[in-house]
Amino acid sequence: MSNGETPGAPLPLADPPGTGGSAPAAAGRGPQAAAGGPATNGTVGERGRGLVAGNSPRRPAAARSWLRLLASELGLIFRRWRNLALLAVLAILPIVLGIALRVTAPQGGGGPESSFLDQLAGNGVFLAFIALTIMLTLVLPLAVAVVSGDSIAGEAGSGTLRYLLTVPAGRTRLLSVKYTALVIWSLTASLVVSVVSLITGVVLFPVGPVTLLSGTTVSLAQGLLRLLFVTLFIAAAMSALAAIGLALSTFTEHPIGAIAAVLVLAVASEVADNVPQFAPIQPYLPTHWWLSFDALLRSPVATGDLARSFVSFGVYALIFLSIAWARLTTADVTS
Amino acid sequence: MSTAGEATAAATSDGATSDGADPDRDGRHQDAGDDLAVATRDLTKRFPGGQVAVDGVGLLVPRGAVYGFLGPNGSGKTTTIRMLLGLIHPTRGEVSLLGMAMPRESAGVLARVGSLVEGPAFHPQLSGRANLGRLDAADRTADPATARTRIDAALDQVGLLGAARKRYRAYSLGMKQRLAIAASLLQPRDLIVLDEPTNGLDPQGTREVRALIRGIADDGVTVLVSSHLLAEVEQICSHVGVMRTGSLVFQGTIGRLRARGAARVRVRTSAVPQAQTVLASLGVCDLEAGPQEVSGQLGEREPEHICRELVLAGVPVAGLEMVRPSLEDLFVELTGEGFDVER
Ligand SMILES: Nc1ncnc2c1ncn2[C@@H]1O[C@H](COP(=O)(O)OP(=O)(O)OP(=O)(O)O)[C@@H](O)[C@H]1O
Ligand SMILES: [Mg+2]
Repeated sequence: MSNGETPGAPLPLADPPGTGGSAPAAAGRGPQAAAGGPATNGTVGERGRGLVAGNSPRRPAAARSWLRLLASELGLIFRRWRNLALLAVLAILPIVLGIALRVTAPQGGGGPESSFLDQLAGNGVFLAFIALTIMLTLVLPLAVAVVSGDSIAGEAGSGTLRYLLTVPAGRTRLLSVKYTALVIWSLTASLVVSVVSLITGVVLFPVGPVTLLSGTTVSLAQGLLRLLFVTLFIAAAMSALAAIGLALSTFTEHPIGAIAAVLVLAVASEVADNVPQFAPIQPYLPTHWWLSFDALLRSPVATGDLARSFVSFGVYALIFLSIAWARLTTADVTS
Repeated sequence: MSTAGEATAAATSDGATSDGADPDRDGRHQDAGDDLAVATRDLTKRFPGGQVAVDGVGLLVPRGAVYGFLGPNGSGKTTTIRMLLGLIHPTRGEVSLLGMAMPRESAGVLARVGSLVEGPAFHPQLSGRANLGRLDAADRTADPATARTRIDAALDQVGLLGAARKRYRAYSLGMKQRLAIAASLLQPRDLIVLDEPTNGLDPQGTREVRALIRGIADDGVTVLVSSHLLAEVEQICSHVGVMRTGSLVFQGTIGRLRARGAARVRVRTSAVPQAQTVLASLGVCDLEAGPQEVSGQLGEREPEHICRELVLAGVPVAGLEMVRPSLEDLFVELTGEGFDVER
């Protein structure tokens, strides 16, 4: 905790834009520089005072400067060719899936998404649920793993982390910006899948009132609202995974290592979740609740499962953000 | 041996130098804090491998100084600078920058410190200008309204304005180095720390960087510049600190470093043995005889006096000169002859 930032703040997220190290920093600079008088060299002292006099009235509010850094971070993520390619994959796969399902008129049958499949022929909205379910097994976690694993490790590996820290961006502040950007990335990735698959479904299949898993039928508008909630649910699941990625990312200078670790973790958890011998620990696996979004497709909504899911996501995010924070604020930056 | 007291003396101009005195124990270090841009006490870093890369270093950089931080490869310069800037945590010891404790007050003090640590590092896919924009965005004290002007001014200062839109990936080594220097100039600073700023620059670039450092220093900014190039340091620095295997083996003004070099007298003569006798009788020690010449430690003696005595004793004097060791000789004497990295 010797980095001098918000020693009391237990978590990055408990350090919202306006607070944290910035306030004491602002307070710290004024009196210090104003007391710059004792310098032997007169010009130095005067210069110090002039500097602050010129700067302090225009010092941007802490929240505004935090948002500026967030914008810069988002710019890095969303202008990167690799990440755009990932988004393209997330957009193209649902289209391919929609066409394939249109051509091979679904017969129903086994598999966890059979009930969605059965309904697809009658309602294109279900393509979105099918696509989300399929993408959730590998492609969405991959997109999140790549960006989150790269988050700190990439900057450490290329050396830009040391320049950010000497600016100083503030270690806690940087972490809070990085994680917020990852949440936005997770949300974007989930939205791309659901929006593209919804449009594809609407184009390729008939559309109408939505029959829920519990058998009740709701209006199309209701159905779309539920799709939005499902998308947000998946974004939350991916954000929890992103917290794991961010934490692993603080332990290495090799982004590939962190990315691979996140993916291995996600896949191992999914496998364990399907092995009956692991039943006692399954509810605690990070991926266990990912597919529980079907709780939102019942009437009434299965609030118990929904609550358990969010507790799982929240606890995972909390634990791994704490790890990331503890690691980044104490780590030696030697790259 | 520690000569760390010298910089304190220079800063407080109390004239009392105490070679070998430990400034930490006699408390002057604390008193002088206000006049020092950088002060460290017993700064030590032991890496996880067990290697002690920096061992009990007490840097004292007076405000307004251009401080050359010298040392051979692996002597611990970069490690020291990383600790100054709060990038790595010291195993032991304290750092104060501009009178504020690091890393406790880093948020307040680092905005007044520009730095280049161990070479440039930027995002290859972004342009030079966008990279500076990224760093400026990270600075909570930076005014976004003036960002563009400040970025272009910094690029202009290092002569990169013409290549501002080029991707960093496409920069040459020297351009990358210049961009890193520009990054340290984004805001008005009170202290600038440059770790080998001329690494990879062409002779023109090296000269420009020297001129830039002089210009910065003329504005009253303290500059700490690490290097293993003596010539560079000699031309711009007012103070020098010399590292060897993690320890500070010399610290003081450049004049003091020069004065350390003991002057020798060299006599060219055809009567070598005779000259040797006369010099020995004058108390000149460490005599070395070569073909047609004798040399020895001048000490406090006047060369004119030696010349007169030689002539009076009938020694044919073909030439007499006073030789001071070059800064390079002094550097080698301080840091060892060997080419191999010492650890
Ligand atoms: N992360 C690290 N882990 C272990 N040892 C390290 C680490 N970084 C540096 N060292 C060791 O510390 C010593 C000092 O290294 P440092 O980089 O400070 O030297 P330097 O004076 O900057 O050298 P150069 O002139 O080559 O830049 C070296 O022996 C180096 O091997
Ligand atoms: Mg170095």
